[in-house]
Amino acid sequence: MAIEGSLGDLGNLNMIGYGLAAIGPGIGIGLIFAAYISGVARQPEAQSRLQSIAILGFALAEALAIIGIALAFVL
Amino acid sequence: MSLVTGLVQAEFEPPSPADFDLPAVFGSGTFDFLGQAQVAGVTKPMIQIVLAAVFVFALFYLASRKRAMVPGKLQFAGEEAYGFVRNSLGRDIIGSHDFQRFVPYLFALFFFVLINNLMATIPVIQFPTFSRSGMVYSLALMSWVIYNAVGIQKHGFLGYLKLQSVPAGVGGVILLLLVPLEFMSNIIVRPVTLALRLFANMFAGHLLLILFALGGEYLVKEMGGAYIGVGVLAWVLFILVAMLEILIQFLQAYVFVLLNAMYIQGALADEH
Repeated sequence: MAIEGSLGDLGNLNMIGYGLAAIGPGIGIGLIFAAYISGVARQPEAQSRLQSIAILGFALAEALAIIGIALAFVL
Repeated sequence: MSLVTGLVQAEFEPPSPADFDLPAVFGSGTFDFLGQAQVAGVTKPMIQIVLAAVFVFALFYLASRKRAMVPGKLQFAGEEAYGFVRNSLGRDIIGSHDFQRFVPYLFALFFFVLINNLMATIPVIQFPTFSRSGMVYSLALMSWVIYNAVGIQKHGFLGYLKLQSVPAGVGGVILLLLVPLEFMSNIIVRPVTLALRLFANMFAGHLLLILFALGGEYLVKEMGGAYIGVGVLAWVLFILVAMLEILIQFLQAYVFVLLNAMYIQGALADEH
């Protein structure tokens, strides 16, 4: 539980930081798909156009979380 | 690091990136690369990446060999797969004018990435090829070369640089800020995020599965008593997360090719 001085235990602090950093992309991905779902509900025929936009937005938001996990292991 | 010291007989070792360093299957010894010892020899991911290429080739060769008017099962599946990539990734993204010449590339890329990802779930193999970052860098480099070459071919070198770094409808002093930013994001950050996304998704997913499997084993075998129930719960979660992983493997293959198609479309786009 306690974060000791050795380098090995600092990895756990990294993971806590990553958990905090993942909140933002998590909210972003939720908003993107919420907008996508309500867009399809209002206009089902627009689904194929909205889908690629939604997945692009998801990929961009997710990239932030991905960079976070890479840095959490590297730093 | 255990949470309750004193209760524990043997220390639990959490999985780490070191679990992805597999020993060589053929060949032995190490060589020095930038001060790090690297395995000299053929490793499991290398075999997998070749197997995937052979498998994709064999599958679609068999599916397209007969070319019957009334398709059999395999030919029908092959046609459906081709139609999916051609329509939803090629035509809808790149545009009906010049998507046709990119379809073979997108099609091969999608199934190559998909088969490599699915290897994380196939029994016996059970290792995602792209959880080794070097494997993905080569794919990202290839797509970087392709979309830049296509753009330069169409607009000329300076025209292409202008297209990628000067956003339309912006003028004046704000350009000083936007041009370096756009250049960075379109030319430099794109291949990096393309590679990192696929790599880190496969890496993190596999690490999560190792954690549930090893953690469950530790709870059942080392802790015993009431912890056995918790360990079994961890194994149930392992199965559920493995299901989620299959979904992610499809999604990441789709996103990888979708972004490839979007970058090609952006390079081909006329000035606004």
